[in-house]
Amino acid sequence: MAETLKIKNKEIVVPGETLAEGMGFLPSRGTYRDEKTIKAQKMGMISIDGKVIKLIPLTGAYVPKVGDKIIAKIIDIMMSGWRVDTRSAYSAVLGLKDATSDYIAKGADLTQYFGLGDYILTQITNVTSQRLIDVTMRGPGLRKLRGGRIITINSHKVPRVIGKEGSMVTMIKQATECNILVGQNGRIWINGEPDKEVLAEETIKKIEEEAHTEGLTDNIKKFLEKKTGKKIAVKGETQ
Amino acid sequence: MISDQKEHILQALKKGIRYDGRKLLDYRDVKVETGFVHGAEGSAKVTIGDTEIIAGVKIAIEKPYPDTPDKGNLMVNAELRPMSNPEFESGPPGEKAIELARVVDRGIRESKAIDQEKLCIEKGEKVWSVMIDIVPLNASGNLLDAGALASLAALKNTVFPKLTEDGAINYDEKTKDKLPLQKEPIEITVLKIGDYFIVDPLPEEEELLDARLTAAITADNKICAVQKGGSEPLSIEEIDTMVGIAQDKAKELRKLIR
Repeated sequence: MAETLKIKNKEIVVPGETLAEGMGFLPSRGTYRDEKTIKAQKMGMISIDGKVIKLIPLTGAYVPKVGDKIIAKIIDIMMSGWRVDTRSAYSAVLGLKDATSDYIAKGADLTQYFGLGDYILTQITNVTSQRLIDVTMRGPGLRKLRGGRIITINSHKVPRVIGKEGSMVTMIKQATECNILVGQNGRIWINGEPDKEVLAEETIKKIEEEAHTEGLTDNIKKFLEKKTGKKIAVKGETQ
Repeated sequence: MISDQKEHILQALKKGIRYDGRKLLDYRDVKVETGFVHGAEGSAKVTIGDTEIIAGVKIAIEKPYPDTPDKGNLMVNAELRPMSNPEFESGPPGEKAIELARVVDRGIRESKAIDQEKLCIEKGEKVWSVMIDIVPLNASGNLLDAGALASLAALKNTVFPKLTEDGAINYDEKTKDKLPLQKEPIEITVLKIGDYFIVDPLPEEEELLDARLTAAITADNKICAVQKGGSEPLSIEEIDTMVGIAQDKAKELRKLIR
Protein backbone atom coordinates (compact mmCIF):
# COMPACT_ATOMS: atom_id res chain seq x y z
CA MET A 1 0.00 0.00 0.00
CA ALA A 2 1.30 3.39 -0.93
CA GLU A 3 2.27 5.86 1.71
CA THR A 4 0.02 8.83 1.25
CA LEU A 5 -0.61 11.93 3.29
CA LYS A 6 -4.25 12.90 3.45
CA ILE A 7 -3.66 16.37 4.84
CA LYS A 8 -1.33 19.30 4.38
CA ASN A 9 1.02 20.76 6.95
CA LYS A 10 -0.69 23.26 9.33
CA GLU A 11 -4.14 22.00 8.37
CA ILE A 12 -6.85 21.95 11.06
CA VAL A 13 -8.30 18.50 11.68
CA VAL A 14 -11.08 17.00 13.78
CA PRO A 15 -10.88 13.88 16.00
CA GLY A 16 -10.92 10.65 13.99
CA GLU A 17 -9.87 12.28 10.76
CA THR A 18 -7.46 10.15 8.72
CA LEU A 19 -4.12 11.90 8.47
CA ALA A 20 -2.06 9.37 6.51
CA GLU A 21 -2.29 5.90 5.04
CA GLY A 22 0.40 3.24 4.95
CA MET A 23 3.21 2.48 7.35
CA GLY A 24 5.57 5.17 6.13
CA PHE A 25 4.57 7.77 8.72
CA LEU A 26 4.90 7.80 12.48
CA PRO A 27 2.17 8.95 14.85
CA SER A 28 3.34 11.41 17.50
CA ARG A 29 1.58 13.47 20.19
CA GLY A 30 -2.15 13.82 19.59
CA THR A 31 -2.38 11.19 16.87
CA TYR A 32 -2.74 7.40 16.86
CA ARG A 33 -2.35 4.44 14.55
CA ASP A 34 -5.51 2.63 13.56
CA GLU A 35 -4.38 -0.47 11.62
CA LYS A 36 -2.71 1.01 8.56
CA THR A 37 -3.83 4.61 8.97
CA ILE A 38 -2.89 7.45 11.29
CA LYS A 39 -5.79 9.34 12.80
CA ALA A 40 -6.23 12.50 14.87
CA GLN A 41 -7.06 12.21 18.57
CA LYS A 42 -8.11 15.79 19.10
CA MET A 43 -9.11 18.91 17.24
CA GLY A 44 -6.02 20.82 16.31
CA MET A 45 -3.39 21.83 13.83
CA ILE A 46 -1.16 19.27 12.10
CA SER A 47 2.57 19.68 12.13
CA ILE A 48 4.54 17.33 9.85
CA ASP A 49 8.21 16.89 10.57
CA GLY A 50 9.75 14.48 8.07
CA LYS A 51 7.93 11.22 8.66
CA VAL A 52 6.53 12.22 12.04
CA ILE A 53 2.99 13.60 12.29
CA LYS A 54 2.24 15.69 15.35
CA LEU A 55 -1.01 17.39 16.35
CA ILE A 56 -1.03 20.70 18.21
CA PRO A 57 -4.34 20.89 20.07
CA LEU A 58 -6.29 24.17 19.77
CA THR A 59 -8.35 23.71 22.89
CA GLY A 60 -8.90 21.49 25.90
CA ALA A 61 -7.70 21.24 29.47
CA TYR A 62 -4.09 21.42 30.54
CA VAL A 63 -2.27 18.09 30.44
CA PRO A 64 0.60 17.90 32.96
CA LYS A 65 4.07 17.22 31.56
CA VAL A 66 7.32 16.55 33.40
CA GLY A 67 9.48 19.66 33.52
CA ASP A 68 6.63 22.15 33.12
CA LYS A 69 6.75 25.18 35.37
CA ILE A 70 3.19 25.79 36.49
CA ILE A 71 1.36 28.10 38.86
CA ALA A 72 -0.43 25.88 41.35
CA LYS A 73 -2.84 26.63 44.16
CA ILE A 74 -2.66 25.01 47.60
CA ILE A 75 -5.91 23.12 48.18
CA ASP A 76 -5.03 20.84 51.09
CA ILE A 77 -2.44 20.50 53.82
CA MET A 78 -1.53 16.91 54.51
CA MET A 79 0.59 15.07 57.07
CA SER A 80 3.81 15.56 55.20
CA GLY A 81 3.15 17.96 52.38
CA TRP A 82 0.61 19.89 50.41
CA ARG A 83 -1.92 19.00 47.75
CA VAL A 84 -2.02 21.55 44.96
CA ASP A 85 -4.45 22.26 42.16
CA THR A 86 -2.72 22.20 38.78
CA ARG A 87 -5.71 23.37 36.71
CA SER A 88 -5.74 19.97 35.04
CA ALA A 89 -8.00 17.03 35.86
CA TYR A 90 -5.48 15.84 38.42
CA SER A 91 -4.08 17.47 41.54
CA ALA A 92 -0.42 17.21 42.48
CA VAL A 93 1.47 16.56 45.69
CA LEU A 94 4.23 18.79 47.00
CA GLY A 95 6.22 16.79 49.53
CA LEU A 96 7.96 18.41 52.53
CA LYS A 97 11.38 17.52 51.18
CA ASP A 98 10.62 19.23 47.90
CA ALA A 99 9.18 22.31 49.58
CA THR A 100 11.95 23.57 51.81
CA SER A 101 15.39 22.72 53.07
CA ASP A 102 14.48 23.79 56.62
CA TYR A 103 14.34 21.19 59.37
CA ILE A 104 10.67 20.65 60.17
CA ALA A 105 9.78 19.02 63.49
CA LYS A 106 7.08 16.39 63.59
CA GLY A 107 3.63 17.91 63.81
CA ALA A 108 4.87 21.42 62.97
CA ASP A 109 2.45 23.94 61.52
CA LEU A 110 2.91 23.66 57.77
CA THR A 111 0.94 26.82 57.01
CA GLN A 112 4.02 28.90 57.89
CA TYR A 113 5.35 27.77 54.51
CA PHE A 114 2.22 27.52 52.39
CA GLY A 115 -1.35 28.13 53.51
CA LEU A 116 -4.64 27.21 51.90
CA GLY A 117 -5.30 29.30 48.81
CA ASP A 118 -1.68 30.33 48.30
CA TYR A 119 -0.37 30.35 44.76
CA ILE A 120 3.08 28.94 44.06
CA LEU A 121 5.31 28.77 41.02
CA THR A 122 6.38 25.15 40.94
CA GLN A 123 7.83 22.55 38.63
CA ILE A 124 6.49 19.11 37.75
CA THR A 125 9.05 16.40 38.55
CA ASN A 126 7.07 13.27 37.88
CA VAL A 127 3.83 12.22 36.22
CA THR A 128 2.91 8.55 36.53
CA SER A 129 0.79 6.68 34.03
CA GLN A 130 -2.02 6.92 36.60
CA ARG A 131 -1.58 10.70 36.49
CA LEU A 132 -0.22 11.02 40.01
CA ILE A 133 1.80 14.21 39.86
CA ASP A 134 4.77 15.29 41.98
CA VAL A 135 5.94 18.88 42.08
CA THR A 136 8.95 20.57 43.62
CA MET A 137 9.99 24.00 44.84
CA ARG A 138 13.67 23.22 44.32
CA GLY A 139 14.81 25.10 41.24
CA PRO A 140 15.66 28.61 40.12
CA GLY A 141 12.81 31.07 40.55
CA LEU A 142 10.35 28.63 42.11
CA ARG A 143 8.58 30.37 44.98
CA LYS A 144 5.39 31.42 46.64
CA LEU A 145 3.64 34.28 44.81
CA ARG A 146 2.82 37.19 47.08
CA GLY A 147 0.42 39.97 46.10
CA GLY A 148 -0.37 40.63 42.48
CA ARG A 149 -3.15 38.98 40.61
CA ILE A 150 -3.67 35.60 38.98
CA ILE A 151 -5.43 35.43 35.64
CA THR A 152 -6.19 32.30 33.68
CA ILE A 153 -6.06 31.64 29.96
CA ASN A 154 -6.36 28.56 27.76
CA SER A 155 -3.15 26.62 28.41
CA HIS A 156 -2.74 25.93 24.69
CA LYS A 157 -2.30 29.65 24.07
CA VAL A 158 0.56 29.93 26.55
CA PRO A 159 3.27 29.59 23.84
CA ARG A 160 1.80 32.63 22.07
CA VAL A 161 1.78 34.69 25.26
CA ILE A 162 5.44 33.80 25.85
CA GLY A 163 6.40 34.32 22.20
CA LYS A 164 9.58 33.22 20.43
CA GLU A 165 12.29 33.02 23.09
CA GLY A 166 10.09 35.00 25.43
CA SER A 167 9.80 38.00 23.08
CA MET A 168 6.08 38.59 23.66
CA VAL A 169 6.10 38.46 27.45
CA THR A 170 9.28 40.55 27.56
CA MET A 171 7.54 43.17 25.47
CA ILE A 172 4.56 43.26 27.84
CA LYS A 173 6.90 43.47 30.83
CA GLN A 174 8.76 46.40 29.23
CA ALA A 175 5.61 48.26 28.29
CA THR A 176 3.77 47.77 31.57
CA GLU A 177 6.69 47.60 34.02
CA CYS A 178 4.95 44.67 35.68
CA ASN A 179 6.40 41.44 36.98
CA ILE A 180 4.82 38.66 34.96
CA LEU A 181 5.16 34.91 35.45
CA VAL A 182 3.51 32.58 32.96
CA GLY A 183 2.73 29.03 34.09
CA GLN A 184 2.43 26.32 31.45
CA ASN A 185 -0.97 25.47 32.90
CA GLY A 186 -2.44 28.78 31.76
CA ARG A 187 -2.25 30.65 35.05
CA ILE A 188 -0.45 33.96 34.83
CA TRP A 189 0.71 36.05 37.75
CA ILE A 190 0.95 39.81 37.27
CA ASN A 191 2.29 42.23 39.83
CA GLY A 192 2.84 45.93 39.30
CA GLU A 193 1.18 49.34 39.44
CA PRO A 194 -2.63 48.96 39.54
CA ASP A 195 -3.38 50.60 36.18
CA LYS A 196 -0.46 48.84 34.49
CA GLU A 197 -1.66 45.50 35.82
CA VAL A 198 -5.01 46.11 34.17
CA LEU A 199 -3.26 46.90 30.89
CA ALA A 200 -1.11 43.76 31.13
CA GLU A 201 -4.21 41.65 31.75
CA GLU A 202 -6.01 43.29 28.83
CA THR A 203 -3.02 42.64 26.55
CA ILE A 204 -2.78 38.98 27.53
CA LYS A 205 -6.51 38.47 26.95
CA LYS A 206 -6.07 40.09 23.53
CA ILE A 207 -3.24 37.70 22.70
CA GLU A 208 -5.38 34.76 23.80
CA GLU A 209 -8.21 35.92 21.57
CA GLU A 210 -6.04 36.64 18.53
CA ALA A 211 -3.58 33.77 19.07
CA HIS A 212 -4.22 32.27 15.63
CA THR A 213 -3.79 35.49 13.62
CA GLU A 214 -0.77 36.46 11.53
CA GLY A 215 1.54 39.24 12.64
CA LEU A 216 0.43 38.97 16.24
CA THR A 217 3.59 40.43 17.74
CA ASP A 218 3.27 43.51 15.52
CA ASN A 219 -0.38 44.00 16.43
CA ILE A 220 0.32 43.67 20.13
CA LYS A 221 3.26 46.06 19.82
CA LYS A 222 1.03 48.65 18.16
CA PHE A 223 -1.65 48.07 20.77
CA LEU A 224 0.79 48.57 23.65
CA GLU A 225 2.38 51.64 22.02
CA LYS A 226 -1.04 53.20 21.58
CA LYS A 227 -2.03 52.44 25.18
CA THR A 228 1.20 53.54 26.84
CA GLY A 229 2.15 56.28 24.38
CA LYS A 230 5.78 55.22 24.18
CA LYS A 231 7.96 53.39 21.68
CA ILE A 232 8.64 49.75 22.36
CA ALA A 233 11.75 48.00 21.14
CA VAL A 234 11.11 44.37 20.24
CA LYS A 235 13.96 41.96 20.50
CA GLY A 236 14.08 39.04 18.10
CA GLU A 237 12.17 38.90 14.89
CA THR A 238 8.48 39.45 14.32
CA GLN A 239 6.46 36.58 13.05
CA MET B 1 -2.69 34.58 50.17
CA ILE B 2 -6.04 36.06 51.07
CA SER B 3 -4.34 38.70 53.21
CA ASP B 4 -1.64 39.28 50.57
CA GLN B 5 -4.27 39.75 47.93
CA LYS B 6 -6.28 42.07 50.13
CA GLU B 7 -3.21 44.18 50.78
CA HIS B 8 -2.62 44.32 47.03
CA ILE B 9 -6.18 45.39 46.26
CA LEU B 10 -6.06 47.98 49.05
CA GLN B 11 -2.87 49.46 47.59
CA ALA B 12 -4.66 49.85 44.28
CA LEU B 13 -7.77 51.35 45.91
CA LYS B 14 -5.50 53.88 47.64
CA LYS B 15 -4.59 55.11 44.15
CA GLY B 16 -8.25 55.10 43.17
CA ILE B 17 -8.07 52.14 40.84
CA ARG B 18 -10.17 49.00 41.03
CA TYR B 19 -9.24 45.45 40.09
CA ASP B 20 -10.45 45.96 36.52
CA GLY B 21 -9.21 49.55 36.14
CA ARG B 22 -12.47 51.28 37.07
CA LYS B 23 -12.76 54.14 39.55
CA LEU B 24 -14.09 53.33 43.00
CA LEU B 25 -17.64 54.49 42.42
CA ASP B 26 -17.99 53.54 38.77
CA TYR B 27 -20.50 51.01 37.58
CA ARG B 28 -19.72 48.63 34.75
CA ASP B 29 -21.84 48.96 31.59
CA VAL B 30 -25.45 48.20 32.41
CA LYS B 31 -27.93 46.96 29.83
CA VAL B 32 -31.61 46.18 30.38
CA GLU B 33 -33.65 44.14 27.90
CA THR B 34 -37.31 43.42 28.55
CA GLY B 35 -39.73 40.79 27.25
CA PHE B 36 -37.03 38.19 27.26
CA VAL B 37 -38.99 35.05 28.17
CA HIS B 38 -42.08 34.23 26.12
CA GLY B 39 -43.64 31.86 28.64
CA ALA B 40 -43.67 34.49 31.39
CA GLU B 41 -46.10 37.38 31.87
CA GLY B 42 -43.16 39.72 32.23
CA SER B 43 -39.42 39.31 32.03
CA ALA B 44 -36.15 41.16 31.76
CA LYS B 45 -32.49 40.46 31.30
CA VAL B 46 -29.95 42.71 32.93
CA THR B 47 -26.29 42.72 31.93
CA ILE B 48 -23.76 44.42 34.19
CA GLY B 49 -20.28 43.84 32.80
CA ASP B 50 -19.92 40.08 32.61
CA THR B 51 -22.84 39.47 34.96
CA GLU B 52 -26.04 38.41 33.23
CA ILE B 53 -29.27 37.79 35.07
CA ILE B 54 -32.83 37.02 34.03
CA ALA B 55 -35.95 37.79 36.04
CA GLY B 56 -39.33 36.39 35.07
CA VAL B 57 -42.76 37.24 36.46
CA LYS B 58 -45.55 34.67 36.56
CA ILE B 59 -49.10 35.53 37.57
CA ALA B 60 -51.68 33.11 38.94
CA ILE B 61 -54.96 33.19 40.85
CA GLU B 62 -54.58 31.85 44.36
CA LYS B 63 -56.10 31.97 47.81
CA PRO B 64 -54.72 34.92 49.84
CA TYR B 65 -52.74 34.41 53.03
CA PRO B 66 -55.04 34.34 56.11
CA ASP B 67 -53.44 37.51 57.60
CA THR B 68 -53.85 39.53 54.39
CA PRO B 69 -57.21 38.41 52.96
CA ASP B 70 -57.58 41.51 50.76
CA LYS B 71 -54.05 41.63 49.35
CA GLY B 72 -52.41 39.85 46.45
CA ASN B 73 -49.51 37.51 47.08
CA LEU B 74 -45.91 38.29 46.23
CA MET B 75 -43.21 35.67 46.03
CA VAL B 76 -39.59 36.03 45.03
CA ASN B 77 -37.38 33.06 44.33
CA ALA B 78 -33.76 32.98 43.22
CA GLU B 79 -31.77 30.08 41.89
CA LEU B 80 -28.01 30.11 41.53
CA ARG B 81 -27.30 27.38 39.04
CA PRO B 82 -23.82 25.85 38.71
CA MET B 83 -23.85 26.85 35.05
CA SER B 84 -23.52 30.51 36.00
CA ASN B 85 -20.52 30.09 38.28
CA PRO B 86 -18.50 26.97 39.11
CA GLU B 87 -18.69 27.85 42.78
CA PHE B 88 -22.46 27.34 42.90
CA GLU B 89 -23.76 23.88 43.60
CA SER B 90 -26.99 22.29 42.48
CA GLY B 91 -29.50 21.23 45.05
CA PRO B 92 -31.58 23.24 47.51
CA PRO B 93 -30.92 27.01 47.52
CA GLY B 94 -27.94 28.05 49.62
CA GLU B 95 -27.33 31.10 51.76
CA LYS B 96 -26.49 33.34 48.80
CA ALA B 97 -29.59 32.40 46.80
CA ILE B 98 -31.87 32.89 49.80
CA GLU B 99 -30.32 36.27 50.58
CA LEU B 100 -30.71 37.39 46.96
CA ALA B 101 -34.38 36.40 46.90
CA ARG B 102 -35.12 37.95 50.27
CA VAL B 103 -33.35 41.24 49.64
CA VAL B 104 -35.13 41.69 46.30
CA ASP B 105 -38.43 40.68 47.93
CA ARG B 106 -37.93 43.18 50.75
CA GLY B 107 -37.19 46.03 48.36
CA ILE B 108 -40.38 45.41 46.38
CA ARG B 109 -42.57 44.63 49.39
CA GLU B 110 -41.48 47.40 51.75
CA SER B 111 -41.50 50.12 49.11
CA LYS B 112 -45.06 48.99 48.32
CA ALA B 113 -44.00 48.82 44.70
CA ILE B 114 -47.06 46.77 43.79
CA ASP B 115 -50.45 47.98 44.97
CA GLN B 116 -51.30 44.61 46.43
CA GLU B 117 -54.84 45.61 47.35
CA LYS B 118 -55.64 46.06 43.68
CA LEU B 119 -54.68 42.43 43.12
CA CYS B 120 -57.62 41.26 45.24
CA ILE B 121 -60.37 39.62 43.21
CA GLU B 122 -62.58 38.24 45.98
CA LYS B 123 -61.68 39.00 49.58
CA GLY B 124 -60.37 35.96 51.42
CA GLU B 125 -60.98 33.70 48.44
CA LYS B 126 -59.26 34.76 45.25
CA VAL B 127 -56.34 37.11 44.65
CA TRP B 128 -53.70 37.54 41.97
CA SER B 129 -50.40 36.06 42.98
CA VAL B 130 -47.21 37.56 41.58
CA MET B 131 -44.18 35.27 41.44
CA ILE B 132 -40.75 36.54 40.50
CA ASP B 133 -37.99 34.12 39.57
CA ILE B 134 -34.41 35.31 39.38
CA VAL B 135 -31.82 33.23 37.56
CA PRO B 136 -28.28 34.42 36.82
CA LEU B 137 -26.89 33.20 33.50
CA ASN B 138 -23.40 34.33 34.39
CA ALA B 139 -22.56 35.33 37.93
CA SER B 140 -19.64 37.74 37.87
CA GLY B 141 -20.35 39.85 40.92
CA ASN B 142 -23.06 42.23 42.09
CA LEU B 143 -25.99 39.81 41.83
CA LEU B 144 -28.03 41.79 44.37
CA ASP B 145 -28.19 45.00 42.33
CA ALA B 146 -28.57 43.13 39.05
CA GLY B 147 -31.30 40.87 40.43
CA ALA B 148 -33.27 43.78 41.87
CA LEU B 149 -32.97 45.79 38.65
CA ALA B 150 -34.04 42.80 36.54
CA SER B 151 -37.01 42.15 38.84
CA LEU B 152 -38.17 45.74 38.62
CA ALA B 153 -37.80 45.82 34.85
CA ALA B 154 -39.70 42.52 34.63
CA LEU B 155 -42.51 43.84 36.83
CA LYS B 156 -42.81 46.92 34.62
CA ASN B 157 -42.98 44.62 31.60
CA THR B 158 -45.71 42.40 33.09
CA VAL B 159 -49.21 42.19 31.61
CA PHE B 160 -52.15 40.19 32.93
CA PRO B 161 -53.21 37.08 31.01
CA LYS B 162 -56.77 36.80 29.66
CA LEU B 163 -59.48 35.18 31.73
CA THR B 164 -61.89 32.65 30.22
CA GLU B 165 -65.66 32.95 30.84
CA ASP B 166 -65.58 30.58 33.81
CA GLY B 167 -62.82 32.61 35.46
CA ALA B 168 -59.83 30.40 34.64
CA ILE B 169 -56.63 31.87 33.21
CA ASN B 170 -55.76 31.50 29.57
CA TYR B 171 -52.00 32.02 29.54
CA ASP B 172 -51.85 31.90 25.74
CA GLU B 173 -53.56 35.25 25.39
CA LYS B 174 -52.42 38.41 27.03
CA THR B 175 -54.35 41.55 27.89
CA LYS B 176 -52.93 45.04 27.83
CA ASP B 177 -53.42 45.53 31.56
CA LYS B 178 -50.20 46.28 33.40
CA LEU B 179 -49.47 45.42 37.00
CA PRO B 180 -50.55 48.18 39.40
CA LEU B 181 -47.09 49.58 40.14
CA GLN B 182 -46.84 52.63 42.34
CA LYS B 183 -43.16 52.73 43.36
CA GLU B 184 -39.98 51.76 41.63
CA PRO B 185 -37.35 50.62 44.11
CA ILE B 186 -33.77 50.34 42.88
CA GLU B 187 -31.24 48.50 45.00
CA ILE B 188 -27.64 49.56 45.25
CA THR B 189 -24.98 47.68 47.16
CA VAL B 190 -22.05 49.62 48.57
CA LEU B 191 -19.02 47.66 49.74
CA LYS B 192 -16.49 48.65 52.33
CA ILE B 193 -12.98 47.27 51.87
CA GLY B 194 -10.46 48.71 54.28
CA ASP B 195 -11.32 52.43 54.44
CA TYR B 196 -12.72 52.53 50.93
CA PHE B 197 -16.24 52.38 49.57
CA ILE B 198 -16.94 50.81 46.20
CA VAL B 199 -20.01 49.91 44.15
CA ASP B 200 -20.70 47.16 41.60
CA PRO B 201 -18.13 44.68 42.97
CA LEU B 202 -16.32 41.97 41.02
CA PRO B 203 -16.24 38.46 42.51
CA GLU B 204 -12.64 39.08 43.63
CA GLU B 205 -13.74 42.14 45.56
CA GLU B 206 -16.78 40.42 47.04
CA GLU B 207 -14.46 37.80 48.49
CA LEU B 208 -12.42 40.44 50.32
CA LEU B 209 -15.16 42.74 51.57
CA ASP B 210 -15.24 43.91 55.17
CA ALA B 211 -18.86 45.01 55.10
CA ARG B 212 -21.58 45.71 52.59
CA LEU B 213 -24.83 47.59 52.69
CA THR B 214 -27.66 47.18 50.21
CA ALA B 215 -30.26 49.93 50.14
CA ALA B 216 -33.52 49.93 48.20
CA ILE B 217 -34.28 53.46 47.01
CA THR B 218 -37.48 54.78 45.44
CA ALA B 219 -37.81 57.47 42.78
CA ASP B 220 -38.34 60.18 45.43
CA ASN B 221 -35.01 59.17 46.99
CA LYS B 222 -36.56 57.40 49.98
CA ILE B 223 -34.87 54.40 51.53
CA CYS B 224 -37.34 51.57 52.01
CA ALA B 225 -35.15 48.60 52.84
CA VAL B 226 -31.57 47.83 53.79
CA GLN B 227 -29.47 44.73 54.16
CA LYS B 228 -26.10 44.60 55.89
CA GLY B 229 -23.56 41.91 55.09
CA GLY B 230 -19.95 41.10 55.85
CA SER B 231 -18.21 40.48 59.14
CA GLU B 232 -17.09 43.99 60.11
CA PRO B 233 -19.33 46.52 61.87
CA LEU B 234 -20.29 49.89 60.37
CA SER B 235 -20.42 53.21 62.19
CA ILE B 236 -23.36 55.59 61.81
CA GLU B 237 -21.24 58.00 59.73
CA GLU B 238 -20.20 55.16 57.45
CA ILE B 239 -23.80 54.09 56.92
CA ASP B 240 -24.66 57.71 56.09
CA THR B 241 -21.92 57.87 53.47
CA MET B 242 -22.86 54.50 52.00
CA VAL B 243 -26.54 55.36 51.75
CA GLY B 244 -25.59 58.67 50.12
CA ILE B 245 -23.55 56.81 47.49
CA ALA B 246 -26.45 54.41 46.95
CA GLN B 247 -28.86 57.30 46.39
CA ASP B 248 -26.58 58.86 43.78
CA LYS B 249 -26.08 55.56 41.97
CA ALA B 250 -29.80 54.74 42.06
CA LYS B 251 -30.46 57.90 40.06
CA GLU B 252 -28.03 56.71 37.39
CA LEU B 253 -29.60 53.25 37.14
CA ARG B 254 -33.12 54.66 37.12
CA LYS B 255 -32.48 56.25 33.73
CA LEU B 256 -32.09 52.75 32.26
CA ILE B 257 -35.52 51.39 33.09
CA ARG B 258 -37.67 54.06 31.50
